[in-house]
Amino acid sequence: MTTAGIDFRDLAPGFADPVLESQRSFRLVLQAMAEPGRRVPLAPDLDPPAPLLPTTAAVALALVDYDTPVWLGGAAHGVADWLRFHTGCPVVDDPGHAAFAIALGDWPALDALAAGTDAYPDRSATLIAQVETLSASGLHLTGPGIDGARDFGVAPMPDDFLAAWKANTKLFPRGVDLILCDGNQVAALPRTCTVGQAE
Amino acid sequence: MTARTHDDETAANPRAAWMGTLAKARPAELEDRWARLCSDLTEIPDWQRLRGPETGMVMVRGRAGGDGSPFNLGEMTVTRCTVRLKDGAVGHAYVAGRDGRHAELAAAVDALMQNRQRAEAAMTAVVRPLAEAQATRRDLAARQANATKVEFFTLVRGED
Repeated sequence: MTTAGIDFRDLAPGFADPVLESQRSFRLVLQAMAEPGRRVPLAPDLDPPAPLLPTTAAVALALVDYDTPVWLGGAAHGVADWLRFHTGCPVVDDPGHAAFAIALGDWPALDALAAGTDAYPDRSATLIAQVETLSASGLHLTGPGIDGARDFGVAPMPDDFLAAWKANTKLFPRGVDLILCDGNQVAALPRTCTVGQAE
Repeated sequence: MTARTHDDETAANPRAAWMGTLAKARPAELEDRWARLCSDLTEIPDWQRLRGPETGMVMVRGRAGGDGSPFNLGEMTVTRCTVRLKDGAVGHAYVAGRDGRHAELAAAVDALMQNRQRAEAAMTAVVRPLAEAQATRRDLAARQANATKVEFFTLVRGED
């Protein structure tokens, strides 16, 4: 756990109106979770430290607080400082101890994250992955929240993602939920969503 | 038990001392001192809010007798603020109550105190007069309380 002091010299501000803007971001994440694969536009007024994008930053500010240990992948020190200052979250080294895993580069293995228990499936982790583009082609989604099927695309996507996601859905009611952010939109794949390759 | 005096605290951690003075100042006094400081400085300080002012609760913990095991005394309302001046100096303030302006001004003065050139002006115009006003008030309250002090004593009974 990182407990070192925060470097304030280049620290960026968070939401100008934390209550309203967190609620707005939360509402959009809720929308994205309820309709898996739907790309919800999100344009927060934030200037977070690189490589964190404003969209990912807004999702993190809305969801993370002092009760949720966060694992940060591919992040510069400034990102951890910024997040700790504005949310009070502990930053952990082991992805298995995190309530939220924020992947700014390579994703952690899905099975390395907490999947919850059968009695408490809510004790699972949520992976917030920042990607270059979310699109409507490449993947074929079915499951609750989708009327029929929906086409969806993530780039770049880890090579073993489809197999790992299939293993994740088999754990139900346990499992990891996934929130994806690109430069201006957010989408989510809850653990109930079945992901296949589009024909 | 030896009470730590205000001077001890100032020597041990001057920043904690002036942050405490600013937090405990009356808002109107701080506002007045701030206006005087602004008239002394060549340029009126400008800052960016990094966080807050925002109001929340903190759990105040106490120790029985000052050295017993800690217990939760109760929650209190606290407003905090963090600001950064144009020159990069960052100031923090945690103030009892809900007065956001008080927290923001206290944070701004704390930030000014980080800069050696401005620290002396801020100390003279704001922190020292506030500390003196607080010491006067504390002293007055102590003397008023002392005037009503009752000395208890036990009468020795005859059979011993």
